[in-house]
Amino acid sequence: MSPTRVGVITFPGTLDDVDAARAVRIAGAEAVPLWHGDHDLRGVDAVVVPGGFSYGDYLRAGAIASLAPIMREVVDAAGRGLPVLGICNGFQILCEAGLLPGALVANAGLTFLCRDVVLRVDNASTAWTRDYTGGDELLIPLKSQEGRFVAAPDTLSELEDTGRVVFRYRDGAPNGASNGIAGVTNAGGNVVGLMPHPEHATDALTGPSTDGLGLFRSVLAGVTA
Amino acid sequence: MARVVVDVMPKPEILDVQGQAVSRALGRIGVSGVSDVRQGKHFELEVSDGVDDETLHRLAGSLLANPVIEDWTVTRL
Repeated sequence: MSPTRVGVITFPGTLDDVDAARAVRIAGAEAVPLWHGDHDLRGVDAVVVPGGFSYGDYLRAGAIASLAPIMREVVDAAGRGLPVLGICNGFQILCEAGLLPGALVANAGLTFLCRDVVLRVDNASTAWTRDYTGGDELLIPLKSQEGRFVAAPDTLSELEDTGRVVFRYRDGAPNGASNGIAGVTNAGGNVVGLMPHPEHATDALTGPSTDGLGLFRSVLAGVTA
Repeated sequence: MARVVVDVMPKPEILDVQGQAVSRALGRIGVSGVSDVRQGKHFELEVSDGVDDETLHRLAGSLLANPVIEDWTVTRL
């Protein structure tokens, strides 16, 4: 069986695309570089929108990147069920693109947070969390300035009532995120966004754990719910 | 009490890369005919009646704006 091909997008200002591609390879898939200015997903089986500061966070974090040519393709493909994972700035981009509900705003303390956090997996049935079991706890680095997830009250209720909160900060949200939410999914379960960086927790040499590998393993061909 | 608005804009001779990025993004949402975008900041202040214009310009120039790269206007509403 040919390896699963996972696309990793690079925008101007993206900085975690290399780590994301490495995480994809460690998980056993092929990493396929995708360029923000192309209308071409190169036939990949899944897409990672990595972290960084796309377009220097001009206007609003993720706002301009959400309109890039590649994102037109991502939005269309996500609508057809393609697994899409947004990490940190990628999460912001997916929210700005309308693929995920809510928004990411400045941390409650107004400071850039860089620390390892424990995430609890609240939904282990999405395309990106099937490798986990509900209730699993993951030690994952968080590094963000605008990482506080917020949403309208009715949207929050809907997310909670339909099990679309995927990850929660176990020990309370250091950024003040509503309901301690660290990651959410769309109605179809194929699009997931989270603020912490699982790609930085895939190698014991450079990360606090290898707990992040499960996200990248979840989309491997042959992995079933 | 009075409502005061301070608008801060990049100086004309300063390359506004943020505005340029917004300008290019407009094309992506199918908007044409916008030749230039410059992005600044808009502050709304509640000030007591004793605060004079000189003080307002001083706070604008020393905190809200960087006089090296930005101009500002003070408007009493």
